[in-house]
Amino acid sequence: MAHLVTPWALAAGQELLEHLPADERLILPALQAVQQSFGYVPPEAVALIANSLNVSVADVHGVLTYYHELRTTPPAPITVAVCVAEACQANGSRELVAHLETSLAPLGGRSADGEIDLVEVFCLGNCALGPAALINDRLVGRVTQARMNSALADARLAP
Amino acid sequence: MTVTVYVPADSAANSVGAGEVAAAIAAEATKRSLDIRLVRNGSRGLLWLEPLVEVATPTGRVGYGPITEADVTALFDAEFLTGAENGFSVGIVEDIPWLADQQRITFARVGVIDPLDIKDYEAHGGLAGLRTALALTPPEVIEEVLASGLRGRGGAGFPAGIKWRAVMEAAGDQKYVCCNADEGDSGTFADRMLMEGDPFTLIEGMTIAGIAGGATKGLIYIRSEYPDAIATMRAALLIARDFGLLGDDVLGSGNAFDISVRVGAGSYVCGEETAMLESLEGNRGMVRAKPPIPALHGLFGAPTIVNNVLTLGTVPMILAQGAAAYQALGADRSRGTQVFQLAGNIARGGIVERAFGISLKELVETYGGGTRSGRPVWSVQVGGPLGAYFPASALDVAMDYEALLAAGGMLGHGGLVVFDDSVDMAQQARFAMEFCAKESCGKCTPCRVGSVRGAEVIDKIIDNVDRTENLELLNDLCDLMIDGSLCAMGGLTPMPVLSALRHFPEDFQR
Repeated sequence: MAHLVTPWALAAGQELLEHLPADERLILPALQAVQQSFGYVPPEAVALIANSLNVSVADVHGVLTYYHELRTTPPAPITVAVCVAEACQANGSRELVAHLETSLAPLGGRSADGEIDLVEVFCLGNCALGPAALINDRLVGRVTQARMNSALADARLAP
Repeated sequence: MTVTVYVPADSAANSVGAGEVAAAIAAEATKRSLDIRLVRNGSRGLLWLEPLVEVATPTGRVGYGPITEADVTALFDAEFLTGAENGFSVGIVEDIPWLADQQRITFARVGVIDPLDIKDYEAHGGLAGLRTALALTPPEVIEEVLASGLRGRGGAGFPAGIKWRAVMEAAGDQKYVCCNADEGDSGTFADRMLMEGDPFTLIEGMTIAGIAGGATKGLIYIRSEYPDAIATMRAALLIARDFGLLGDDVLGSGNAFDISVRVGAGSYVCGEETAMLESLEGNRGMVRAKPPIPALHGLFGAPTIVNNVLTLGTVPMILAQGAAAYQALGADRSRGTQVFQLAGNIARGGIVERAFGISLKELVETYGGGTRSGRPVWSVQVGGPLGAYFPASALDVAMDYEALLAAGGMLGHGGLVVFDDSVDMAQQARFAMEFCAKESCGKCTPCRVGSVRGAEVIDKIIDNVDRTENLELLNDLCDLMIDGSLCAMGGLTPMPVLSALRHFPEDFQR
C-alpha cells in the first residue's frame, strides 16, 4: 500500500483526536494517529495535540522529534527502508546501500522522480535471510538488485 | 478427500515468496479441481528452506522446499499432495535432524498450528497452563515460575518470578503487565516469529502474569518495523476476547484481564524497559534511573511486570508441564531452553531451541552449516549489537548466561550473527559506536557524547593518527562508558568494540 498523504484539515484533525481511545490520549499515540491519517505531522497538528491533551507545544515537539519514524513533511508514495544492521551487513548490506544510493536515491533522501524515499533502518527481524528491506509494509529478503526492482515495480502498481 | 497444505505466512517466509507460492497453490488446485485446505502456518524456523510447503499425510507432514512460485506446477505434477518423494522433498519435516534434535518448548507450536485458530491452539496444549494457574493461588503460580528457574529472555536474565512476586506484594489499585516486544537487536527475530506463529501463547502468558501479579491490564509494545506481527497480535486479541480468554471473566474464573497493542516509532533504546515505559506513556523514550524498579514504580508509577515476549510466551508451557520439567534442562544457573537465532552470513539460518549449555560451535557449524557465502567463518557476534564478537578460534564457549559472561560476552536475546573472512572488524567496531550515537536517548553523557567520540577515535586509529595515544584513549573512553552510563545502551556498546580490538587487532592496523 502506498503512503497516502491527505491535506491537513483542522476539523478532521480535531475529530481524530476526539476519537482516540481513552487510554491512548497520550502524545505519541496522538502523533501516530495524525501521521497515519495525513501521512505526516503538519506543524498545525502540533498545537492542536498540545491543546487537546493539555500539554505544552514543547512536549509535543519533543516527542515528534525524538522518534525516527515520525515525519514533519509529506513522504513519497513509496518508502524503501533498507536494513543496515549487523546481520544484514554480514550479507552485503553496505554494498547494497551504496548501489541503491547511485541507482535510487541518497540515503535519507528522495528519488529524482519524487516517488521513493530511501531510509536506513536498524533491523527488520529477517536476519537469516538478509539483506532485508521493507518496501512500504512489504518485507523483502535476500535483496538483490533484481528482487528490489521487482518489488518496486509491484509497489508502484499498488493502489 | 481434502488434503491439508501448509504454507507459512511468517514475514520471513513471505519475504522470499511464500505469499506468492500460497496463491499459486490455491490457483493450481482450483484449476485441477483438487480439494485442498490451505493453512497459512507460522514458520518452523528452518529459514533456509523457506518457502517450505508441507502436506499432511497419514505418516506425518511431508515437506517440500524451498519452493518458488514458478515451481508450483511442477510440484503438483510431482504428486506432492500424496506426500510423494520428488526433487523438492525434504521428507517428514519433524524428522529433519536439524529440527528433530531440538528441544522445543517456547516454540513447540510455531509452524505447526494455524496461528489464529484458537481451537488448533487448544488442541496442541494451549490454555492448559492458564487452567493450571487458575486452580492455584497467585503465590503458588509465582512459586512455580520461580521453581522453573525462568529468567528474563530480553537480555538481562533477571528471574521472572522475583519480579512477579514484587508486583504481587506491592500495593496499587491498578497494576500492569507490559510485554516488551521491541526486539531491536540485529540477529534476533524470535519474538517476531512467536507473535506471528503462536500469538495465543503470549496472550496466555501475559494473562497468567496478570492474574498472579494482580494486574488487570496488559500492554504489548511492538516495534513498528514488525507490521505483520502487529496485525497478527491485534487479530489474536480480538479472537481471545470473543473466546473468553480475555475480558472481565477470564475462562469463567471471575478474574479480569485484557491486553492492548501499542506500536513503537523507531527507537532502539525503547527496548530498554524504562525507556519502553516512557514510550508507553506517550513520551520520548528516555531511560529512567533505577531505583525505583518498574515492579514497584512502573507504567504511570504503578507496579508493573515487564517481561520480554519469549519470557511470557514460555510461562504457559511451564505451568502446563510443571516447573520441574523445565528446571531439569539447562546448565549452571541458566535453566530451561533458549531460543537461539542463527543469523547473518549463515548457510542454515533460523530458530534453534535447545537447553542452555550447547556450544556456540555446535550452533554455528552443526546447525548453521558455516557461512552462506561458503567462505570461512571469521567472527560471530553473540547477543545483538551490544554483544561481543567471538573469533572462529573461540567458538567452544557454552551458550548460557554464566559461561558467556566469563568469556567476556553476553547472551542478550540469544541471537548470533555470523561473518565470513571478508569482514573488516575495525568497521564493525566503528559501527557499534555509530549505532549508539544514532540511537542513544541522550539522557546520560557517557552514552550520548562517548559514542560520538568513540567513532571519531576509531577513525583516527584506522587512519594511523597518533595510534598508541588513540588506542589508550579508546580504552579509557570504553571504561568510562561501561562505568558511567545509565543503561545497557552506553554501558555495553564497548563490548563489541573491545572484543573486536582484542581478537582482531590486525584489522585496526591497515
